[in-house]
Amino acid sequence: MAYWIASSPHNHIQDKTSALMRLVIYATIPGIIAQWYFFGWGNLIQIGLATVTALIAEFLVLSLREKNIKEQLFDGSAILTAVLIGISIPALAPWWVSVLGALFAIAIVKQLYGGLGHNPFNPAMAAYVMLLISFPVQMTLWQPPLSLMHHQLDFVNTLSVIFTNFTLDGYSVEQLRTHIDGFTMATPLDTVKTALTMGKTVEEAMTSPVIGEYFSVGWQWINAAFLLGGFVLIYKKAISWVTPASFLASIFVCSFIAFMVSPDTNTSTMFHWFSGATMLGAFFILTDPVSGATSVKGRIVFAALAGFLVFIIRKYGGYPDAVAFAVLLCNMAAPLIDQFTRPRTYGHQ
Amino acid sequence: MNIPQEYKDLTWQGLWKNNPGLVQLLGLCPLLAVTSTVVNALGLGLATLFVLVCSNATVSVVQKWVPKEVRIPIFVLIIAAFVTCVQLLMNAFAFSLYESLGIFLPLIVTNCAIIGRAEAYASKNPLKQASYDGFIMGVGFLLVLLALGAIREVLGQGTLFDGADLLLGSWAASLRIEVFALDNQFLLAILPPGAFIAMGFLIALKNKIDASIAEKQPKKAEQSIERVRVNFDS
Repeated sequence: MAYWIASSPHNHIQDKTSALMRLVIYATIPGIIAQWYFFGWGNLIQIGLATVTALIAEFLVLSLREKNIKEQLFDGSAILTAVLIGISIPALAPWWVSVLGALFAIAIVKQLYGGLGHNPFNPAMAAYVMLLISFPVQMTLWQPPLSLMHHQLDFVNTLSVIFTNFTLDGYSVEQLRTHIDGFTMATPLDTVKTALTMGKTVEEAMTSPVIGEYFSVGWQWINAAFLLGGFVLIYKKAISWVTPASFLASIFVCSFIAFMVSPDTNTSTMFHWFSGATMLGAFFILTDPVSGATSVKGRIVFAALAGFLVFIIRKYGGYPDAVAFAVLLCNMAAPLIDQFTRPRTYGHQ
Repeated sequence: MNIPQEYKDLTWQGLWKNNPGLVQLLGLCPLLAVTSTVVNALGLGLATLFVLVCSNATVSVVQKWVPKEVRIPIFVLIIAAFVTCVQLLMNAFAFSLYESLGIFLPLIVTNCAIIGRAEAYASKNPLKQASYDGFIMGVGFLLVLLALGAIREVLGQGTLFDGADLLLGSWAASLRIEVFALDNQFLLAILPPGAFIAMGFLIALKNKIDASIAEKQPKKAEQSIERVRVNFDS
């Protein structure tokens, strides 16, 4: 009788990349449902468009690179990238925006750098930034929450807006965004930023209808839903809790100091936390295992830097939201951060 | 016609094998900054070509009298003199192009492709070869500029030769080709990051062509005698 003797480790984790990716995709579902509830079908359609494009692009590039298509095409990473792009672009943006974004993310940002595990930048955020600087008009077509909209927007009408720029009744996106009182509604972050540049105080800006009762209509619940999804990921040990905690703490410190110094020109921490893409960034973007820092100490520095940048760009930058820019800048800094936060090897100084 | 081998080599080097834009990667600053349209690229390419020919010729003529220790300042001085000529000429005869090229016209002085040729070739070779080398290198650079300008102009605004009248006079306004109508500009192609990405693709294309040419070449059978080395120490 032969004994099979194996050395440690004896406990193997059998999870593959695809299982992890699938878990992350599932964890975005609460956020997507919240988006659907407050903003209608737009983002779901964008996610669909981006996913199809991403899979086609991945298939083409993989066959050009003569890789194992069957295994790599459905490892879930391309789908996750597409889902993140679909979530982050405006719901009523034209169809070619998400198609171009997914194409850029997969073909250029991911595969040209060597495919999964070799990309220095987060593909979804790089694609978002590319779209934002290339098509500033389309990428700021954020619609107000459905409850504030003058016109009802069902699935067919949303589809029609995305593919033809007009609803079936002939309303353009601009008209859809117009409040019943005749002014265009922007996102909460944008509204506050515009009000501040016009010399109003934060308190006055907060009376806008898109802000609503608490921090922002719709957006606060979307962020809360992504927070929930993030907790699931932490519970399942798919991501380390260090990154989001450090990111949110960094935003808290920056905005708290700013708020204490000048409460009239700085929004509260809760507003920073629960509007824009903060929670999505904290739990789903910054935790990207490929483009982020690797050690625990490195992750703390990495995410704290991202939080600081988010605050600085939101406050002083030209764009209302900053998560994508902050993530890309931190991606660039990640190798340097890794260099200086290398963990001590046992037995060495 | 009997062309000496030296000139054939120079042509091959300048246009393809040692192209200043694609292989030496010299003068990237103007290459990336002003190639947003074909006409800008053409204007800067011609200016660089002119300066390159003149500076190579001059450097080659004065090579005997240039002390080795101070050759770089002298080269820069020669180049700067020609750049000033080009700048004044453009200011006089193609003012709108002069304005759209902006700072990158005087910056030709610091274009490493030019000083590189002066240092590497012109200062060691006779007048004829040096001027020809300058000409061919300039043409190679101009072609890369044109390719990059065409890619970025088509992607960015869907046209070709937009604003050709700025450089060539009013008859050239009819050269403008609308490849396809865009409702909105693809800003990335016009902005510098687009130039970097397009440049990367051009270099990749060149390497791909080189690789496929090398593959088609009959392989030389390597005649090596294998010797077995026995190392008794280990």
